[in-house]
Amino acid sequence: MITVENNNYQELTDTALKVREHIIRMSTDGGCFTGASLSAVDLIVYLYSRFLNISKDNLNNPERDYLFLSKGHDVPALYGTFAELGLLEKERLKNHLLLNDHIYWHPNTKIPGIEFHSGSLGHLPSVAIGVAMDLKISGSTNKVICILGDGELNEGTCWEAMLVANAYKLDNLLFVVDRNHFQANMRTEDLIPLEPLADKFEAFGAAVKRINGHSFAELDEAFGAFPFQAGKFNVIIADTVRGKGLPSIQERADRWFCNFNADEIEQLLLELHGQHNTTLTSETLVVR
Amino acid sequence: MSYEELLTQTALANEQVIVMTAENRALVRNLPGILGKRFIDTGITEQTMIGAAAGLALRGRTPIVHALAAFLTMRAFEFVRTDVGIANLPVKLSSFIPGFLSDGNGPTHQAIEDISIMRGIPNITVFAPADEDDLVKMLPQIWESKSPAYTRINTRKTSYVHEPFTPGKAEVISEGSDVTILTYGLLFEQALIAVEMLKSEGLSVGLINMRSLKPVDEQAILKASAQSKLVVTLEDHFLTGGLYTIVAEVLLKHRTTANVLPMALNEKWFRPALLPSVLEHEGFTGKQIAEKILGYQTAHNQPQILTPEFSE
Repeated sequence: MITVENNNYQELTDTALKVREHIIRMSTDGGCFTGASLSAVDLIVYLYSRFLNISKDNLNNPERDYLFLSKGHDVPALYGTFAELGLLEKERLKNHLLLNDHIYWHPNTKIPGIEFHSGSLGHLPSVAIGVAMDLKISGSTNKVICILGDGELNEGTCWEAMLVANAYKLDNLLFVVDRNHFQANMRTEDLIPLEPLADKFEAFGAAVKRINGHSFAELDEAFGAFPFQAGKFNVIIADTVRGKGLPSIQERADRWFCNFNADEIEQLLLELHGQHNTTLTSETLVVR
Repeated sequence: MSYEELLTQTALANEQVIVMTAENRALVRNLPGILGKRFIDTGITEQTMIGAAAGLALRGRTPIVHALAAFLTMRAFEFVRTDVGIANLPVKLSSFIPGFLSDGNGPTHQAIEDISIMRGIPNITVFAPADEDDLVKMLPQIWESKSPAYTRINTRKTSYVHEPFTPGKAEVISEGSDVTILTYGLLFEQALIAVEMLKSEGLSVGLINMRSLKPVDEQAILKASAQSKLVVTLEDHFLTGGLYTIVAEVLLKHRTTANVLPMALNEKWFRPALLPSVLEHEGFTGKQIAEKILGYQTAHNQPQILTPEFSE
Protein backbone atom coordinates (compact mmCIF):
# COMPACT_ATOMS: atom_id res chain seq x y z
CA MET A 1 0.00 0.00 0.00
CA ILE A 2 1.30 3.39 -0.96
CA THR A 3 1.32 5.85 1.90
CA VAL A 4 0.27 9.29 0.80
CA GLU A 5 1.07 12.53 2.50
CA ASN A 6 -1.81 14.90 2.96
CA ASN A 7 -2.35 17.32 0.08
CA ASN A 8 -0.16 15.25 -2.18
CA TYR A 9 -2.87 14.80 -4.75
CA GLN A 10 -1.66 16.88 -7.69
CA GLU A 11 -0.84 13.75 -9.67
CA LEU A 12 -4.35 12.40 -9.10
CA THR A 13 -5.89 15.73 -10.01
CA ASP A 14 -3.90 15.78 -13.25
CA THR A 15 -4.89 12.21 -14.09
CA ALA A 16 -8.57 12.89 -13.35
CA LEU A 17 -8.51 15.88 -15.68
CA LYS A 18 -7.13 13.74 -18.50
CA VAL A 19 -9.73 11.03 -17.81
CA ARG A 20 -12.45 13.66 -18.09
CA GLU A 21 -10.98 14.70 -21.45
CA HIS A 22 -11.24 11.08 -22.61
CA ILE A 23 -14.87 10.92 -21.50
CA ILE A 24 -15.68 14.12 -23.39
CA ARG A 25 -13.99 12.76 -26.51
CA MET A 26 -16.05 9.55 -26.22
CA SER A 27 -19.26 11.56 -26.05
CA THR A 28 -19.65 11.82 -29.81
CA ASP A 29 -20.21 9.58 -32.84
CA GLY A 30 -22.87 7.68 -30.94
CA GLY A 31 -22.09 9.16 -27.57
CA CYS A 32 -21.89 7.65 -24.10
CA PHE A 33 -23.18 8.11 -20.58
CA THR A 34 -21.23 11.30 -20.07
CA GLY A 35 -22.86 12.70 -16.95
CA ALA A 36 -22.87 9.37 -15.13
CA SER A 37 -19.21 8.79 -16.03
CA LEU A 38 -17.95 12.20 -14.93
CA SER A 39 -19.28 11.73 -11.39
CA ALA A 40 -17.23 8.57 -10.91
CA VAL A 41 -13.89 9.82 -12.28
CA ASP A 42 -12.18 10.93 -9.08
CA LEU A 43 -13.27 7.80 -7.25
CA ILE A 44 -12.00 5.46 -9.97
CA VAL A 45 -8.74 7.35 -10.48
CA TYR A 46 -8.13 7.25 -6.75
CA LEU A 47 -8.86 3.52 -6.51
CA TYR A 48 -6.50 2.49 -9.32
CA SER A 49 -3.78 4.97 -8.41
CA ARG A 50 -3.65 4.55 -4.65
CA PHE A 51 -5.80 1.78 -3.27
CA LEU A 52 -6.10 -1.32 -5.42
CA ASN A 53 -3.38 -3.89 -5.92
CA ILE A 54 -4.09 -3.99 -9.64
CA SER A 55 -1.54 -3.30 -12.34
CA LYS A 56 -0.79 -4.32 -15.88
CA ASP A 57 1.44 -7.08 -14.56
CA ASN A 58 -0.97 -8.79 -12.19
CA LEU A 59 -4.29 -8.81 -14.05
CA ASN A 60 -4.42 -12.61 -13.96
CA ASN A 61 -2.75 -13.06 -10.61
CA PRO A 62 -5.16 -14.61 -8.10
CA GLU A 63 -3.60 -12.40 -5.41
CA ARG A 64 -4.75 -9.17 -7.08
CA ASP A 65 -7.57 -7.03 -5.74
CA TYR A 66 -10.90 -7.12 -7.55
CA LEU A 67 -12.91 -4.17 -8.78
CA PHE A 68 -16.43 -4.82 -10.06
CA LEU A 69 -18.14 -1.96 -11.85
CA SER A 70 -21.77 -2.81 -11.23
CA LYS A 71 -22.83 0.62 -12.46
CA GLY A 72 -21.59 -0.44 -15.89
CA HIS A 73 -22.64 2.60 -17.88
CA ASP A 74 -19.90 4.74 -16.31
CA VAL A 75 -17.28 2.57 -17.99
CA PRO A 76 -15.81 5.53 -19.96
CA ALA A 77 -14.41 6.71 -16.61
CA LEU A 78 -12.81 3.29 -16.14
CA TYR A 79 -11.44 3.07 -19.70
CA GLY A 80 -10.11 6.62 -19.40
CA THR A 81 -8.38 5.65 -16.16
CA PHE A 82 -7.00 2.48 -17.73
CA ALA A 83 -5.63 4.57 -20.59
CA GLU A 84 -3.94 7.05 -18.27
CA LEU A 85 -2.46 4.36 -16.04
CA GLY A 86 -1.13 2.23 -18.89
CA LEU A 87 -3.62 -0.63 -18.71
CA LEU A 88 -5.13 0.23 -22.09
CA GLU A 89 -3.53 1.89 -25.10
CA LYS A 90 -4.90 5.41 -25.42
CA GLU A 91 -5.36 4.94 -29.15
CA ARG A 92 -7.96 2.28 -28.47
CA LEU A 93 -10.34 4.82 -26.94
CA LYS A 94 -10.83 6.09 -30.49
CA ASN A 95 -12.38 2.71 -31.26
CA HIS A 96 -15.38 3.51 -29.10
CA LEU A 97 -18.44 1.83 -30.67
CA LEU A 98 -16.38 0.51 -33.59
CA LEU A 99 -16.47 -3.12 -34.66
CA ASN A 100 -12.69 -3.42 -34.64
CA ASP A 101 -12.60 -3.29 -30.83
CA HIS A 102 -14.72 -4.11 -27.79
CA ILE A 103 -15.15 -0.64 -26.32
CA TYR A 104 -18.86 0.04 -26.08
CA TRP A 105 -21.39 1.42 -23.62
CA HIS A 106 -20.96 -1.30 -21.00
CA PRO A 107 -17.92 -3.17 -19.67
CA ASN A 108 -16.87 -6.55 -20.99
CA THR A 109 -14.05 -8.94 -20.21
CA LYS A 110 -12.45 -8.67 -23.64
CA ILE A 111 -10.85 -5.52 -22.24
CA PRO A 112 -7.98 -6.54 -19.91
CA GLY A 113 -8.68 -5.32 -16.39
CA ILE A 114 -12.45 -5.76 -16.62
CA GLU A 115 -13.22 -8.51 -14.13
CA PHE A 116 -16.81 -9.09 -15.23
CA HIS A 117 -19.29 -7.72 -17.70
CA SER A 118 -22.07 -5.50 -16.42
CA GLY A 119 -24.82 -3.26 -17.69
CA SER A 120 -27.81 -4.97 -16.16
CA LEU A 121 -28.03 -3.22 -12.81
CA GLY A 122 -27.98 -5.08 -9.51
CA HIS A 123 -25.88 -8.02 -10.70
CA LEU A 124 -22.35 -7.47 -9.52
CA PRO A 125 -23.04 -7.17 -5.79
CA SER A 126 -23.73 -10.90 -5.81
CA VAL A 127 -20.81 -11.72 -8.14
CA ALA A 128 -18.52 -9.71 -5.85
CA ILE A 129 -19.91 -11.65 -2.90
CA GLY A 130 -18.99 -14.92 -4.61
CA VAL A 131 -15.40 -13.73 -5.06
CA ALA A 132 -15.26 -12.45 -1.48
CA MET A 133 -16.60 -15.80 -0.24
CA ASP A 134 -13.91 -17.67 -2.14
CA LEU A 135 -11.21 -15.42 -0.69
CA LYS A 136 -12.51 -16.16 2.80
CA ILE A 137 -12.61 -19.92 2.12
CA SER A 138 -9.10 -19.79 0.63
CA GLY A 139 -7.72 -17.62 3.43
CA SER A 140 -6.65 -14.91 0.96
CA THR A 141 -6.56 -11.24 1.90
CA ASN A 142 -7.36 -9.61 -1.44
CA LYS A 143 -9.82 -6.75 -1.36
CA VAL A 144 -13.07 -6.81 -3.32
CA ILE A 145 -14.60 -3.50 -4.37
CA CYS A 146 -17.97 -3.14 -6.05
CA ILE A 147 -19.03 0.26 -7.41
CA LEU A 148 -22.76 0.88 -7.42
CA GLY A 149 -24.83 3.70 -8.81
CA ASP A 150 -27.36 5.33 -6.54
CA GLY A 151 -30.15 4.74 -9.05
CA GLU A 152 -29.00 1.14 -9.17
CA LEU A 153 -30.02 0.82 -5.53
CA ASN A 154 -33.62 0.64 -6.77
CA GLU A 155 -32.83 -2.95 -7.76
CA GLY A 156 -33.86 -5.36 -5.02
CA THR A 157 -30.92 -7.65 -5.70
CA CYS A 158 -28.55 -5.01 -4.25
CA TRP A 159 -30.30 -5.34 -0.93
CA GLU A 160 -30.69 -9.10 -1.19
CA ALA A 161 -26.94 -9.33 -1.73
CA MET A 162 -26.30 -7.20 1.36
CA LEU A 163 -28.32 -9.61 3.50
CA VAL A 164 -25.97 -12.34 2.34
CA ALA A 165 -22.81 -10.21 2.72
CA ASN A 166 -23.87 -9.55 6.30
CA ALA A 167 -24.67 -13.22 6.98
CA TYR A 168 -21.24 -14.31 5.76
CA LYS A 169 -19.42 -11.43 7.54
CA LEU A 170 -17.65 -10.37 4.35
CA ASP A 171 -15.39 -7.68 5.79
CA ASN A 172 -13.14 -8.10 2.74
CA LEU A 173 -15.90 -6.62 0.58
CA LEU A 174 -16.52 -2.91 0.03
CA PHE A 175 -19.50 -1.45 -1.80
CA VAL A 176 -18.91 2.09 -3.03
CA VAL A 177 -21.97 4.08 -4.00
CA ASP A 178 -21.39 6.81 -6.61
CA ARG A 179 -24.03 9.00 -4.99
CA ASN A 180 -24.49 11.55 -7.75
CA HIS A 181 -28.12 12.08 -6.71
CA PHE A 182 -29.53 11.34 -10.15
CA GLN A 183 -31.01 8.32 -11.76
CA ALA A 184 -31.57 8.15 -15.50
CA ASN A 185 -34.19 10.83 -15.89
CA MET A 186 -34.40 12.77 -12.66
CA ARG A 187 -33.12 13.31 -9.15
CA THR A 188 -33.27 10.16 -7.05
CA GLU A 189 -35.11 11.95 -4.27
CA ASP A 190 -37.80 13.02 -6.74
CA LEU A 191 -38.47 9.47 -7.94
CA ILE A 192 -37.39 6.76 -5.49
CA PRO A 193 -35.95 8.52 -2.43
CA LEU A 194 -32.90 6.85 -0.93
CA GLU A 195 -32.17 8.98 2.13
CA PRO A 196 -31.30 8.40 4.86
CA LEU A 197 -29.03 6.11 2.88
CA ALA A 198 -26.30 5.49 5.44
CA ASP A 199 -28.94 4.39 7.93
CA LYS A 200 -30.27 1.86 5.43
CA PHE A 201 -26.85 0.27 4.92
CA GLU A 202 -26.20 0.25 8.66
CA ALA A 203 -29.52 -1.46 9.22
CA PHE A 204 -28.35 -4.15 6.80
CA GLY A 205 -25.26 -4.70 8.92
CA ALA A 206 -22.66 -2.63 7.07
CA ALA A 207 -19.92 -0.42 8.47
CA VAL A 208 -20.55 2.81 6.58
CA LYS A 209 -18.57 5.95 5.74
CA ARG A 210 -19.93 8.92 3.83
CA ILE A 211 -17.55 11.27 2.06
CA ASN A 212 -17.18 13.82 -0.70
CA GLY A 213 -16.38 11.62 -3.69
CA HIS A 214 -14.48 14.43 -5.41
CA SER A 215 -12.06 15.01 -2.54
CA PHE A 216 -8.93 12.90 -2.80
CA ALA A 217 -8.15 13.66 0.82
CA GLU A 218 -11.51 12.32 1.94
CA LEU A 219 -11.25 9.32 -0.39
CA ASP A 220 -7.81 8.63 1.04
CA GLU A 221 -8.98 8.83 4.61
CA ALA A 222 -12.04 6.63 4.06
CA PHE A 223 -10.35 3.92 1.99
CA GLY A 224 -7.34 4.06 4.26
CA ALA A 225 -9.54 2.88 7.12
CA PHE A 226 -10.57 -0.29 5.24
CA PRO A 227 -11.58 -2.78 6.59
CA PHE A 228 -13.73 -0.58 8.79
CA GLN A 229 -14.80 -3.16 11.36
CA ALA A 230 -14.05 -6.87 11.72
CA GLY A 231 -16.98 -9.04 10.65
CA LYS A 232 -18.89 -6.28 8.87
CA PHE A 233 -19.10 -5.64 5.14
CA ASN A 234 -18.03 -2.12 4.20
CA VAL A 235 -19.91 0.67 2.44
CA ILE A 236 -18.63 4.04 1.30
CA ILE A 237 -21.22 6.52 0.12
CA ALA A 238 -19.30 8.90 -2.13
CA ASP A 239 -21.36 12.04 -2.62
CA THR A 240 -20.66 13.21 -6.15
CA VAL A 241 -21.98 15.54 -8.82
CA ARG A 242 -23.35 14.21 -12.06
CA GLY A 243 -21.42 15.75 -14.91
CA LYS A 244 -18.67 16.93 -12.53
CA GLY A 245 -16.22 19.23 -14.27
CA LEU A 246 -18.52 20.58 -16.94
CA PRO A 247 -20.80 23.38 -15.62
CA SER A 248 -22.90 23.30 -18.77
CA ILE A 249 -24.06 19.72 -18.18
CA GLN A 250 -23.50 19.45 -14.44
CA GLU A 251 -26.52 18.30 -12.47
CA ARG A 252 -28.74 18.44 -15.51
CA ALA A 253 -31.27 15.63 -15.66
CA ASP A 254 -31.25 15.71 -19.45
CA ARG A 255 -27.49 15.17 -19.86
CA TRP A 256 -27.13 11.60 -18.64
CA PHE A 257 -26.42 10.14 -22.04
CA CYS A 258 -24.79 12.61 -24.43
CA ASN A 259 -23.94 12.55 -28.10
CA PHE A 260 -22.28 15.87 -28.91
CA ASN A 261 -21.16 17.23 -32.25
CA ALA A 262 -17.51 17.98 -33.02
CA ASP A 263 -17.83 21.68 -32.26
CA GLU A 264 -19.42 21.00 -28.89
CA ILE A 265 -16.67 18.52 -28.01
CA GLU A 266 -14.03 21.21 -28.62
CA GLN A 267 -15.99 23.73 -26.55
CA LEU A 268 -16.45 21.25 -23.71
CA LEU A 269 -12.72 20.49 -23.64
CA LEU A 270 -12.08 24.22 -23.18
CA GLU A 271 -14.83 24.40 -20.58
CA LEU A 272 -13.21 21.56 -18.65
CA HIS A 273 -10.13 23.73 -18.31
CA GLY A 274 -12.21 26.65 -17.11
CA GLN A 275 -11.77 28.67 -20.27
CA HIS A 276 -15.19 28.65 -21.78
CA ASN A 277 -18.93 28.33 -21.41
CA THR A 278 -20.30 25.90 -23.92
CA THR A 279 -23.46 26.46 -25.90
CA LEU A 280 -24.98 23.04 -26.36
CA THR A 281 -27.18 22.63 -29.40
CA SER A 282 -27.09 18.86 -29.92
CA GLU A 283 -30.17 16.79 -29.30
CA THR A 284 -30.87 15.96 -25.69
CA LEU A 285 -31.04 12.25 -25.15
CA VAL A 286 -32.75 11.53 -21.89
CA VAL A 287 -33.40 7.85 -22.05
CA ARG A 288 -31.11 5.27 -23.53
CA MET B 1 -26.13 -44.56 -4.80
CA SER B 2 -28.25 -41.54 -3.93
CA TYR B 3 -27.87 -37.98 -5.22
CA GLU B 4 -26.56 -36.82 -1.86
CA GLU B 5 -24.04 -39.67 -1.66
CA LEU B 6 -22.75 -38.87 -5.14
CA LEU B 7 -22.54 -35.16 -4.34
CA THR B 8 -20.69 -35.87 -1.09
CA GLN B 9 -18.25 -38.17 -2.83
CA THR B 10 -17.67 -35.63 -5.62
CA ALA B 11 -17.15 -32.69 -3.26
CA LEU B 12 -14.77 -34.65 -1.04
CA ALA B 13 -12.74 -35.76 -4.05
CA ASN B 14 -12.51 -32.26 -5.54
CA GLU B 15 -11.62 -29.29 -3.32
CA GLN B 16 -12.83 -26.89 -6.00
CA VAL B 17 -16.45 -27.99 -5.65
CA ILE B 18 -18.69 -25.64 -3.68
CA VAL B 19 -22.18 -26.83 -2.76
CA MET B 20 -24.70 -24.01 -2.66
CA THR B 21 -28.38 -23.81 -1.92
CA ALA B 22 -31.05 -21.12 -1.73
CA GLU B 23 -32.30 -22.75 1.45
CA ASN B 24 -33.48 -25.85 -0.35
CA ARG B 25 -31.79 -28.50 1.75
CA ALA B 26 -33.83 -31.58 0.88
CA LEU B 27 -31.03 -33.02 -1.26
CA VAL B 28 -28.09 -31.77 0.81
CA ARG B 29 -29.06 -32.37 4.43
CA ASN B 30 -25.71 -33.78 5.54
CA LEU B 31 -23.44 -31.59 3.46
CA PRO B 32 -23.00 -28.65 5.88
CA GLY B 33 -21.29 -30.81 8.48
CA ILE B 34 -19.16 -32.61 5.90
CA LEU B 35 -18.05 -29.65 3.76
CA GLY B 36 -17.85 -26.82 6.29
CA LYS B 37 -17.08 -23.57 4.48
CA ARG B 38 -17.54 -25.25 1.09
CA PHE B 39 -21.25 -25.48 1.83
CA ILE B 40 -22.97 -22.11 1.29
CA ASP B 41 -26.64 -21.50 2.01
CA THR B 42 -27.57 -18.01 0.79
CA GLY B 43 -31.10 -18.18 2.16
CA ILE B 44 -34.13 -17.65 -0.04
CA THR B 45 -32.15 -15.65 -2.61
CA GLU B 46 -31.98 -17.51 -5.91
CA GLN B 47 -30.63 -14.46 -7.74
CA THR B 48 -27.85 -13.74 -5.25
CA MET B 49 -26.96 -17.42 -5.11
CA ILE B 50 -26.47 -17.55 -8.89
CA GLY B 51 -24.48 -14.29 -8.95
CA ALA B 52 -22.30 -15.53 -6.10
CA ALA B 53 -21.85 -18.86 -7.90
CA ALA B 54 -20.57 -16.90 -10.91
CA GLY B 55 -18.12 -15.08 -8.62
CA LEU B 56 -16.93 -18.35 -7.10
CA ALA B 57 -16.51 -19.81 -10.58
CA LEU B 58 -14.42 -16.76 -11.57
CA ARG B 59 -12.03 -17.86 -8.83
CA GLY B 60 -11.82 -21.37 -10.30
CA ARG B 61 -14.50 -23.07 -8.25
CA THR B 62 -17.20 -25.38 -9.55
CA PRO B 63 -20.38 -24.39 -7.73
CA ILE B 64 -23.17 -26.99 -7.67
CA VAL B 65 -26.27 -24.98 -6.83
CA HIS B 66 -29.64 -26.13 -5.55
CA ALA B 67 -33.06 -24.55 -5.61
CA LEU B 68 -36.58 -25.45 -6.59
CA ALA B 69 -36.74 -25.70 -10.37
CA ALA B 70 -39.31 -22.95 -10.77
CA PHE B 71 -37.27 -20.38 -8.84
CA LEU B 72 -33.86 -21.46 -10.09
CA THR B 73 -34.93 -21.06 -13.70
CA MET B 74 -37.42 -18.21 -13.47
CA ARG B 75 -36.74 -16.03 -10.43
CA ALA B 76 -33.04 -16.19 -11.21
CA PHE B 77 -33.37 -16.37 -14.98
CA GLU B 78 -31.54 -13.17 -15.85
CA PHE B 79 -28.72 -14.03 -13.45
CA VAL B 80 -28.34 -17.45 -15.06
CA ARG B 81 -28.44 -15.93 -18.52
CA THR B 82 -26.31 -12.86 -17.84
CA ASP B 83 -23.80 -13.97 -15.20
CA VAL B 84 -23.45 -17.67 -15.99
CA GLY B 85 -24.45 -17.83 -19.66
CA ILE B 86 -22.58 -14.83 -21.08
CA ALA B 87 -19.46 -15.63 -19.04
CA ASN B 88 -19.77 -19.37 -19.85
CA LEU B 89 -18.85 -20.34 -16.30
CA PRO B 90 -18.96 -23.92 -14.95
CA VAL B 91 -21.92 -23.39 -12.64
CA LYS B 92 -24.00 -26.56 -12.22
CA LEU B 93 -27.69 -26.03 -11.61
CA SER B 94 -29.50 -28.83 -9.79
CA SER B 95 -33.20 -28.18 -9.99
CA PHE B 96 -35.43 -29.79 -7.44
CA ILE B 97 -39.03 -30.90 -8.14
CA PRO B 98 -39.13 -30.04 -11.87
CA GLY B 99 -42.12 -30.93 -14.04
CA PHE B 100 -44.76 -33.15 -12.44
CA LEU B 101 -42.48 -33.67 -9.42
CA SER B 102 -43.82 -30.47 -7.85
CA ASP B 103 -47.01 -32.54 -7.47
CA GLY B 104 -49.17 -30.85 -4.81
CA ASN B 105 -47.47 -27.46 -4.74
CA GLY B 106 -49.58 -25.72 -7.34
CA PRO B 107 -48.76 -23.62 -10.39
CA THR B 108 -46.37 -21.25 -8.58
CA HIS B 109 -43.98 -24.19 -8.19
CA GLN B 110 -44.57 -25.85 -11.56
CA ALA B 111 -41.41 -25.71 -13.66
CA ILE B 112 -42.80 -26.89 -16.96
CA GLU B 113 -41.03 -24.33 -19.12
CA ASP B 114 -37.58 -24.92 -17.59
CA ILE B 115 -36.20 -26.98 -20.48
CA SER B 116 -37.41 -24.35 -22.92
CA ILE B 117 -35.89 -21.36 -21.19
CA MET B 118 -32.62 -22.98 -20.11
CA ARG B 119 -31.86 -24.39 -23.55
CA GLY B 120 -32.50 -20.93 -24.97
CA ILE B 121 -29.39 -19.61 -23.23
CA PRO B 122 -26.18 -19.90 -25.27
CA ASN B 123 -23.49 -22.09 -23.63
CA ILE B 124 -25.86 -23.77 -21.17
CA THR B 125 -26.31 -27.53 -21.46
CA VAL B 126 -29.55 -29.22 -20.38
CA PHE B 127 -30.11 -32.68 -18.95
CA ALA B 128 -33.09 -34.65 -17.63
CA PRO B 129 -32.41 -38.09 -16.12
CA ALA B 130 -35.08 -40.78 -16.13
CA ASP B 131 -34.62 -41.89 -12.53
CA GLU B 132 -32.06 -42.04 -9.74
CA ASP B 133 -29.93 -44.68 -11.48
CA ASP B 134 -29.83 -42.52 -14.62
CA LEU B 135 -29.14 -39.43 -12.50
CA VAL B 136 -26.07 -40.81 -10.79
CA LYS B 137 -24.76 -42.17 -14.08
CA MET B 138 -25.12 -38.78 -15.76
CA LEU B 139 -24.01 -36.32 -13.11
CA PRO B 140 -20.29 -37.17 -12.88
CA GLN B 141 -19.80 -36.15 -16.51
CA ILE B 142 -22.10 -33.15 -16.22
CA TRP B 143 -20.13 -31.92 -13.20
CA GLU B 144 -16.71 -32.63 -14.71
CA SER B 145 -17.50 -30.63 -17.83
CA LYS B 146 -16.38 -26.98 -18.04
CA SER B 147 -19.82 -25.96 -19.36
CA PRO B 148 -22.63 -24.47 -17.35
CA ALA B 149 -25.32 -27.11 -16.95
CA TYR B 150 -28.96 -27.33 -15.96
CA THR B 151 -30.10 -30.70 -14.66
CA ARG B 152 -33.62 -31.71 -13.72
CA ILE B 153 -32.99 -33.64 -10.53
CA ASN B 154 -35.05 -36.83 -10.48
CA THR B 155 -34.41 -39.16 -7.57
CA ARG B 156 -37.23 -41.62 -8.26
CA LYS B 157 -36.23 -45.23 -7.92
CA THR B 158 -37.09 -47.68 -10.70
CA SER B 159 -35.78 -51.17 -11.33
CA TYR B 160 -34.35 -50.13 -14.70
CA VAL B 161 -30.56 -50.29 -15.03
CA HIS B 162 -29.32 -47.64 -17.44
CA GLU B 163 -26.39 -47.65 -19.82
CA PRO B 164 -23.34 -45.45 -19.19
CA PHE B 165 -23.93 -41.82 -20.16
CA THR B 166 -22.39 -39.80 -22.94
CA PRO B 167 -23.40 -36.12 -23.18
CA GLY B 168 -25.28 -35.52 -26.41
CA LYS B 169 -26.28 -39.18 -26.72
CA ALA B 170 -29.71 -40.62 -26.09
CA GLU B 171 -30.20 -44.03 -24.55
CA VAL B 172 -32.00 -46.25 -27.06
CA ILE B 173 -33.98 -48.72 -24.97
CA SER B 174 -35.63 -50.48 -27.92
CA GLU B 175 -36.40 -49.93 -31.59
CA GLY B 176 -39.73 -50.44 -33.31
CA SER B 177 -41.30 -50.02 -36.74
CA ASP B 178 -44.78 -48.98 -35.63
CA VAL B 179 -44.11 -46.39 -32.95
CA THR B 180 -41.15 -44.90 -31.07
CA ILE B 181 -41.65 -43.00 -27.83
CA LEU B 182 -39.12 -40.25 -27.15
CA THR B 183 -39.14 -39.11 -23.54
CA TYR B 184 -37.08 -37.80 -20.64
CA GLY B 185 -37.37 -37.50 -16.89
CA LEU B 186 -39.89 -39.23 -14.67
CA LEU B 187 -42.24 -40.13 -17.52
CA PHE B 188 -39.67 -42.73 -18.62
CA GLU B 189 -41.17 -44.90 -15.88
CA GLN B 190 -44.64 -44.66 -17.44
CA ALA B 191 -43.24 -45.04 -20.94
CA LEU B 192 -41.78 -48.44 -19.97
CA ILE B 193 -45.26 -49.51 -18.88
CA ALA B 194 -46.83 -48.16 -22.06
CA VAL B 195 -44.29 -49.99 -24.22
CA GLU B 196 -45.15 -53.35 -22.65
CA MET B 197 -48.87 -52.75 -23.19
CA LEU B 198 -48.33 -51.67 -26.79
CA LYS B 199 -46.20 -54.74 -27.48
CA SER B 200 -48.86 -57.03 -26.05
CA GLU B 201 -51.30 -55.37 -28.46
CA GLY B 202 -49.06 -56.53 -31.29
CA LEU B 203 -47.16 -53.33 -32.08
CA SER B 204 -43.46 -53.03 -32.82
CA VAL B 205 -42.44 -50.36 -30.31
CA GLY B 206 -39.30 -48.35 -29.71
CA LEU B 207 -38.38 -46.29 -26.65
CA ILE B 208 -35.68 -43.66 -26.31
CA ASN B 209 -34.56 -42.02 -23.08
CA MET B 210 -33.39 -38.66 -24.39
CA ARG B 211 -31.33 -37.80 -21.24
CA SER B 212 -29.33 -35.02 -22.89
CA LEU B 213 -31.65 -32.34 -24.29
CA LYS B 214 -28.88 -29.88 -25.13
CA PRO B 215 -26.79 -31.03 -26.85
CA VAL B 216 -29.43 -33.37 -28.27
CA ASP B 217 -28.91 -36.64 -30.10
CA GLU B 218 -30.09 -35.62 -33.56
CA GLN B 219 -29.24 -38.98 -35.10
CA ALA B 220 -31.44 -40.84 -32.61
CA ILE B 221 -34.36 -38.57 -33.49
CA LEU B 222 -33.78 -38.90 -37.23
CA LYS B 223 -33.43 -42.67 -37.05
CA ALA B 224 -36.60 -43.12 -34.99
CA SER B 225 -38.48 -40.82 -37.38
CA ALA B 226 -37.29 -42.79 -40.37
CA GLN B 227 -38.00 -46.26 -39.05
CA SER B 228 -41.26 -45.76 -37.13
CA LYS B 229 -44.67 -44.92 -38.55
CA LEU B 230 -45.35 -42.76 -35.50
CA VAL B 231 -43.07 -40.80 -33.20
CA VAL B 232 -44.42 -39.83 -29.78
CA THR B 233 -42.81 -37.02 -27.78
CA LEU B 234 -43.71 -37.58 -24.13
CA GLU B 235 -42.79 -34.93 -21.56
CA ASP B 236 -43.89 -33.20 -18.37
CA HIS B 237 -43.35 -29.78 -19.92
CA PHE B 238 -45.30 -27.20 -21.85
CA LEU B 239 -45.81 -28.20 -25.46
CA THR B 240 -43.87 -25.07 -26.43
CA GLY B 241 -40.10 -25.21 -26.28
CA GLY B 242 -39.52 -28.72 -24.99
CA LEU B 243 -38.90 -32.06 -26.68
CA TYR B 244 -41.69 -31.63 -29.25
CA THR B 245 -40.08 -28.36 -30.33
CA ILE B 246 -36.61 -29.92 -30.28
CA VAL B 247 -37.81 -32.75 -32.56
CA ALA B 248 -39.44 -30.22 -34.89
CA GLU B 249 -36.21 -28.21 -35.03
CA VAL B 250 -34.13 -31.30 -35.78
CA LEU B 251 -36.47 -32.56 -38.51
CA LEU B 252 -36.63 -29.12 -40.13
CA LYS B 253 -32.88 -28.71 -39.95
CA HIS B 254 -32.44 -32.00 -41.80
CA ARG B 255 -35.24 -31.19 -44.26
CA THR B 256 -37.40 -34.10 -43.30
CA THR B 257 -40.66 -34.65 -41.52
CA ALA B 258 -42.45 -37.31 -39.52
CA ASN B 259 -45.77 -38.29 -38.06
CA VAL B 260 -45.36 -36.89 -34.54
CA LEU B 261 -47.82 -37.20 -31.67
CA PRO B 262 -46.93 -34.82 -28.84
CA MET B 263 -47.93 -35.60 -25.27
CA ALA B 264 -47.24 -32.50 -23.19
CA LEU B 265 -49.06 -29.74 -21.35
CA ASN B 266 -50.61 -27.58 -24.03
CA GLU B 267 -51.08 -24.00 -22.81
CA LYS B 268 -52.03 -25.10 -19.30
CA TRP B 269 -50.67 -25.76 -15.84
CA PHE B 270 -51.46 -29.12 -14.33
CA ARG B 271 -53.94 -29.86 -11.59
CA PRO B 272 -52.04 -29.96 -8.25
CA ALA B 273 -52.30 -33.22 -6.31
CA LEU B 274 -50.02 -36.06 -5.24
CA LEU B 275 -48.03 -37.40 -8.18
CA PRO B 276 -50.09 -40.55 -8.90
CA SER B 277 -53.25 -38.45 -9.07
CA VAL B 278 -51.55 -35.81 -11.22
CA LEU B 279 -50.49 -38.42 -13.76
CA GLU B 280 -53.97 -39.97 -13.82
CA HIS B 281 -55.76 -36.62 -14.09
CA GLU B 282 -53.51 -35.27 -16.83
CA GLY B 283 -53.50 -38.53 -18.81
CA PHE B 284 -49.85 -39.49 -18.34
CA THR B 285 -50.06 -42.96 -16.75
CA GLY B 286 -48.51 -45.77 -18.78
CA LYS B 287 -51.93 -47.18 -19.58
CA GLN B 288 -53.29 -43.80 -20.68
CA ILE B 289 -50.22 -43.20 -22.85
CA ALA B 290 -50.63 -46.61 -24.50
CA GLU B 291 -54.31 -46.11 -25.10
CA LYS B 292 -53.83 -42.67 -26.58
CA ILE B 293 -51.33 -44.17 -29.04
CA LEU B 294 -53.60 -47.13 -29.80
CA GLY B 295 -56.74 -45.04 -30.08
CA TYR B 296 -58.78 -47.50 -28.01
CA GLN B 297 -59.33 -48.71 -24.44
CA THR B 298 -57.62 -51.89 -23.27
CA ALA B 299 -58.00 -54.33 -20.41
CA HIS B 300 -54.45 -53.70 -19.18
CA ASN B 301 -53.92 -52.81 -15.54
CA GLN B 302 -51.94 -49.69 -14.66
CA PRO B 303 -49.30 -50.62 -12.07
CA GLN B 304 -49.34 -48.63 -8.87
CA ILE B 305 -47.39 -45.34 -9.01
CA LEU B 306 -45.39 -44.54 -5.90
CA THR B 307 -45.79 -41.16 -4.25
CA PRO B 308 -42.45 -39.30 -4.05
CA GLU B 309 -40.72 -39.55 -0.69
CA PHE B 310 -39.57 -35.96 -0.58
CA SER B 311 -41.45 -32.83 0.17
CA GLU B 312 -40.33 -29.28 0.80
